[in-house]
Amino acid sequence: MTRQFELFKSGIMLLFKTAIKNIFGAGRRTWLNVAVLSFTFVLMTAFNGLIDGWINDALTGSRAWETGAGQFWHPTYDRYDMFTLPDAHGKIPEDFAPYLADKSVTPVLVIQAAVYESGNMQNILLKGIEHTQQILSIPSNRLLSEDDLIPAVIGERMANTLHASQGDHLLIRWRDKNGAFDVREITIASIFSSSIATVDEGQIWLPLTKLQEMTGMQNEATYLVKSEKCTITEDIKGWSYKDNDFLLQDLYTLMQSGRVESFIIFAILLTLALLAVFDTQMLSVFRRQKEIGTYVSLGMTPRQVTRMFTLEGTSYSLLGIVTGANWGFPFLYWFRKTGIVLPESYTEIGLGVHETMLPIYNPGTIMTSIVIILLLSVLISWIPSRKISKSNMVEALKGKIT
Amino acid sequence: MQKVHDFKSSKTGKMTVKEKIVWLTDIVKQFPVGNGFFTALNMINLTIEQGEFMGLVGPSGSGKTTLLNIIGSLDTPTKGEAMVMGHSVSALTAKESAALRNRNIGFIFQSYNLLPVHTVYENVEFPLLLQKRSAGERKKAVMDALEWVGLTDKAKSRPAQLSGGESQRVAIARAMVKRPEIVLADEPSANLDANNSHTILKTMRQLNEELKTTFIFATHDEKVMQYLKRIITLDDGSISNDETI
Repeated sequence: MTRQFELFKSGIMLLFKTAIKNIFGAGRRTWLNVAVLSFTFVLMTAFNGLIDGWINDALTGSRAWETGAGQFWHPTYDRYDMFTLPDAHGKIPEDFAPYLADKSVTPVLVIQAAVYESGNMQNILLKGIEHTQQILSIPSNRLLSEDDLIPAVIGERMANTLHASQGDHLLIRWRDKNGAFDVREITIASIFSSSIATVDEGQIWLPLTKLQEMTGMQNEATYLVKSEKCTITEDIKGWSYKDNDFLLQDLYTLMQSGRVESFIIFAILLTLALLAVFDTQMLSVFRRQKEIGTYVSLGMTPRQVTRMFTLEGTSYSLLGIVTGANWGFPFLYWFRKTGIVLPESYTEIGLGVHETMLPIYNPGTIMTSIVIILLLSVLISWIPSRKISKSNMVEALKGKIT
Repeated sequence: MQKVHDFKSSKTGKMTVKEKIVWLTDIVKQFPVGNGFFTALNMINLTIEQGEFMGLVGPSGSGKTTLLNIIGSLDTPTKGEAMVMGHSVSALTAKESAALRNRNIGFIFQSYNLLPVHTVYENVEFPLLLQKRSAGERKKAVMDALEWVGLTDKAKSRPAQLSGGESQRVAIARAMVKRPEIVLADEPSANLDANNSHTILKTMRQLNEELKTTFIFATHDEKVMQYLKRIITLDDGSISNDETI
């Protein structure tokens, strides 16, 4: 068995060494193929890195700013249906008391309202949150107020819409639990910057107790956000538990489409690169007929020669990957540090994208790219080479394979 | 002319008594042409013994190369039986036929057919690599073969750096390095000047005498014919004369 393995190994090594010699012997044609393949490999690694970086930013950002480790929704609350909001509030069940006490759950009360700025009215959501909460990244500690002023924190997008700065006063109007309108002035205590638009656009964050008092909804909430510390993962008294798979499903859908786009670009680039290899292989089979015949006359089987030519084609990809790793590593390292600075319009879309998009290189994605490149190059090299095993070697020696 | 080293092949050792190493019985070879066939060889009957230095001669299209290819198991007859080293060429699988060529048959071509990206040393070494011989064995055999043809100083050169005569001497070394029973030479002098032709022919004749390797030429070159001990004349695919000199 060991002897057989040794023979097999030496056979493969012979084919490999000969293939490598042949591709180095091909000179510029080889380096052109290698350059195209290495460019494809590095570009794809960078592009996939950007997608992974964006996914990581978006998921981390969403968890940190909005969803926590999951949410418990009031029985009538549906974040996709604004008409549920007027009734989507209620007393927090007693079952949550220990978790509220140890701050592993924090309540949020959501109320429809309007804000007035320079005589214009805009519909918004008022969100009440405890100033002591530490589950979400909302700077709720700025909501602590010891006087009659109602402090509010808003995101940069909202601030831009309202032309508001820190310390500005704005007028808000809302309806209390009995449907009566009320108006108060709020003071912008802080403006935060978040890549998650859904905690920013059209929203004003107020102290929970103040909002409960303003609406007459004492001890009520619309939903609860939990941290990892809270171990409940089931519905409680009609408050339905929503895990992050549910809460982030829109993001997952978006990411899936991002992956599809990435794959399409990868496929186009790889097709172009492999076309060069295919072309070279076709040319090799026709130009090197005498050489093929010589290999056979020296004692190789046509199948061995086919394997050698296939290995040659595959070696272009191997060399492309090695070359790509050599020049690509410093480039990708630099790119990891600098990323891509996105125009403001991108960050305003609210896809969880930061001003600077930093790539993250996932070893799994890189390995998958390598395996795909290698497998396809084996196939693309084998297609023209298989002609050899069916050829008449006498014709090959005369250079007459057609 | 380099002195041929005195070495004995284990295989030649077995064949001290002259043996028939090629039997051709009623060989017919036809190639499809349009709707019909072109008959390249017609009822060839021939035996070749170990150690012969013989040639298939005749004009172009007489079937010399076709016959050589059948003996070299690169091709099979349409009819008849070709036995080479005890094997029926038609019955061999691709693997068996490759093994026969690798172990028992050396080829020398008109246009040398050296592997262009390999050095002279590597070209000569290649058949031994296929035989999976050890590095030490290979080195000794290659250097010996290069010494027979007087090209030890060109071991590191590439084929493109060699003259025609040198290239053909490398081809001879490559054919002889594995010490085959049969060497098939297809118009080996066609691309060489008179001096180089004589040099390589003397080398081959000397190898034939010292190693008892059978040389079979396909040629219509008078210079080659001067060296042959047996001349088989082919005419339109048939043997018209078989003359031992």
